[in-house]
Amino acid sequence: MTAGERRLLIQRVAFSTLGLATALTVLPIILIVGVIAWKGMPALAPSFLFEAPRDGLRAGGIWPALVGTVYLTVGTGLIAVPVGLAAAIYLSEYARETFFTRAIRIAIINLAGIPSVVYGLFGLALFVLFLKLGTSIVAASLTLSIMTLPVIISTAEEALRAVPQSFRLVSQGMGGTKWQTIRRIVLPQALPGILTGVILGLERAAGETAPILFTGAALFLPQLPRSIFDETMALPYHLFVISTQVPGMPVKVQFGTALVLLVFVLSMNVLATFIRSYHRRRRQW
Amino acid sequence: MARTRHPLEAAIESIVRLSGWSAIVFVALISLFLLKEGLPAFGEVPLASLFGTRWYPIEGFYALGPLIWGSLVVTVGAALFAVPLGVGAAMFIAEVAPRWLREVLKPLVEILAGLPSVVLGFLGIVVLVPAIRETLGLATGLTALTGSLLLAGMALPTIVSVAEDALDAVPSAYKIGSLALGASRWQTLWRVTLPAARTGVLTAIMLGVGRAIGETMAVMMVTGNAPVVLFGPHALVSPVRTMTATVAAEMGEVARGSVHYHVLFTVGLVLFVISFVVNVLASIVLLKRRAAAGRMLS
Amino acid sequence: MVIAPGSASAPALEPKIEIENLRVCYGAEPPALDGITLTVPARQITVFFGPAGGGKSTLLRTINRLNDLVDGARTEGRVRLDGEDILGPEVDITRLRRRIGIVFALPVPLPMSIRRNLWYGLELAGERSRRVLDEAMEKALSAAALWDEVKDRLDEPAIALSGGQQQRLCLARVLALEPEVIMLDEPSSGLDPISTAKVEASLQELKQQYTVIIVPSSVQQASRLADWAGFFLQGELVEWASGRELFLAPKDRRTEDYLTGRFG
Repeated sequence: MTAGERRLLIQRVAFSTLGLATALTVLPIILIVGVIAWKGMPALAPSFLFEAPRDGLRAGGIWPALVGTVYLTVGTGLIAVPVGLAAAIYLSEYARETFFTRAIRIAIINLAGIPSVVYGLFGLALFVLFLKLGTSIVAASLTLSIMTLPVIISTAEEALRAVPQSFRLVSQGMGGTKWQTIRRIVLPQALPGILTGVILGLERAAGETAPILFTGAALFLPQLPRSIFDETMALPYHLFVISTQVPGMPVKVQFGTALVLLVFVLSMNVLATFIRSYHRRRRQW
Repeated sequence: MARTRHPLEAAIESIVRLSGWSAIVFVALISLFLLKEGLPAFGEVPLASLFGTRWYPIEGFYALGPLIWGSLVVTVGAALFAVPLGVGAAMFIAEVAPRWLREVLKPLVEILAGLPSVVLGFLGIVVLVPAIRETLGLATGLTALTGSLLLAGMALPTIVSVAEDALDAVPSAYKIGSLALGASRWQTLWRVTLPAARTGVLTAIMLGVGRAIGETMAVMMVTGNAPVVLFGPHALVSPVRTMTATVAAEMGEVARGSVHYHVLFTVGLVLFVISFVVNVLASIVLLKRRAAAGRMLS
Repeated sequence: MVIAPGSASAPALEPKIEIENLRVCYGAEPPALDGITLTVPARQITVFFGPAGGGKSTLLRTINRLNDLVDGARTEGRVRLDGEDILGPEVDITRLRRRIGIVFALPVPLPMSIRRNLWYGLELAGERSRRVLDEAMEKALSAAALWDEVKDRLDEPAIALSGGQQQRLCLARVLALEPEVIMLDEPSSGLDPISTAKVEASLQELKQQYTVIIVPSSVQQASRLADWAGFFLQGELVEWASGRELFLAPKDRRTEDYLTGRFG
């Protein structure tokens, strides 16, 4: 074997190993989604989606949990999006690189890394007990928002920064104020990227269980919550309950619940991917 | 030309600045409330108990050791799977895969990142737990190993995407230079690109493993939650109890303000400190690289 | 006010921008401009030229305060527009930038239609009437010699225009604001000769009405256009004279060396 052939052989072996690692990473994902879709599909009937659970959660549907997750996701968005977007605008358009901005960045990276159950503890201590909001939709949404904030801030900041500096220069060179420039040029151009970030952040919030365990999730409610100060059922917590706490739980219902949660979360993921690629092709810079 | 005041401009600047500061405020609030609820435990529980070897709250044994050990075993196990797979996949996606395959693989990894941990935990219970019990001939499939496998799944997307970014950011001049000297693509990847990206790859590993330590639901669902300290390889195939699972499982049942309640906050505090250290270290590396990239551009 | 020291033709001209002892620094670096004193006459073409890094662009950006956007930029000295100080903190920068328009080296069409690009400046100033906006657009596009080429495709994205058209669009966009001074920073650096000729022809027209300051892309362009010219070298104004004098009989050795191609 010549040195050249040997090198090629080594390269082939090495690349195959890397390919194998990739396959071992990716195939389980396809398998997971496939199994849940396959086994969960039979459960999906209108009655499953639109009825409340019965017989100690073993029969009936998941309607209150589905609606609860929508409430929590929307609530999280209402709080996290304005704050996160404003923070991103600050970092990208107003802040100069000082010690203080660095501290903000480190804080954001930190928030992103705090374990979700610690958010749960924090939400319990601050929102539920200290601010006396009780275990409620509003307490759970606030907790989820703080957890979601770093995702929204960093993706939105990245999207804002990607807008060419020359647009800002032109706009301000023509007498535009800073805010006029942001509102008329920077924000519209960054919007797809911001939306992608918001959706990915909310996707995470929608699937989380630990932060809402002690701040607003209810084991079982026969009807929908009537105000934001009520507890609510939620899909992820419901799936946790029916797969660990209920003896003799029909597997079909478990898989059905898992499938609905998966579709809920993954459709957000697909939407985000779609927005991103659609606008990448259409943008004029 | 008298300056016309722009009250709107000033108002907007204040609002966005406040929002920017909120990140710091939240980190401060989180540490404040964890301290407020967690510190009392050190006065209420004898230190000998806190640093003992038993976690048995009903009888007043609140040893943090077994929980920290449990988290450690599960996390190290997860790292054993996730690090080689994640770095390997990142290398493959960044440097080996053709463009079309890249476009397929990256969204797939994002799907894994988006999977709620309860869904993984649920599949763990119905698929992984029986599989492990039967394959390894164990009494129960609720083991540290099962948790490690799921945690590896949670850590992988972080490792893959951060490491892939780092590899991608290596200036192509390095690669072209190496190839021009006659190195093969593999030699270039192994001897030039990977070393050039090593801080980024290490950061990826750190962030991924950091995520694994903090993961809650999936671990709680499949590790059996036994607060015992076992050393040696069989620790991996026995039930364990992690810090996160303990908090999640027990906080719902304790009386607010009780000793048990305060100790659970202490556990939260430990988790917070770990994630704080991991993330501050990682962020220093990431911010430094960003500053370096900025210099290169100007 | 003396416009050009020792120039006999000066007294007839009306001063537009008076610069006195201007010094601009970025951070801790040596000054980008130092000791600059000159007077830009109204309704003439003034050319700032010299090798890269001489401070020409910095001067343009100082005159309409775009340097304010740069972290760590410090400005000392005086710049007056029609006798009013424009460097002070109390100056309405927004209004100043409408009076002194700038066109950058690389054409930057904003990511919108041709029409909206032309409307943009007036919309920022609060103009809402479509009739007014469209009239201003047509006038500006005609002045920039672009109207005939784009009048049938006003609602197409501006990015679809050719490079030369884009640069004239940028000029038109500034003209739509009816500024008093137009500054162009190497407006034809990326353009082919035909487009360059078109831009230059419109500049000759524009000087009837506007004060034009241009940083040219070449010495040839500088000599073609200059009524007045300043030669900048490493932050210093080496020579300042009428175009004819400066290009035909430079007084400073360094100017001569540059013009004859010994450096730069």
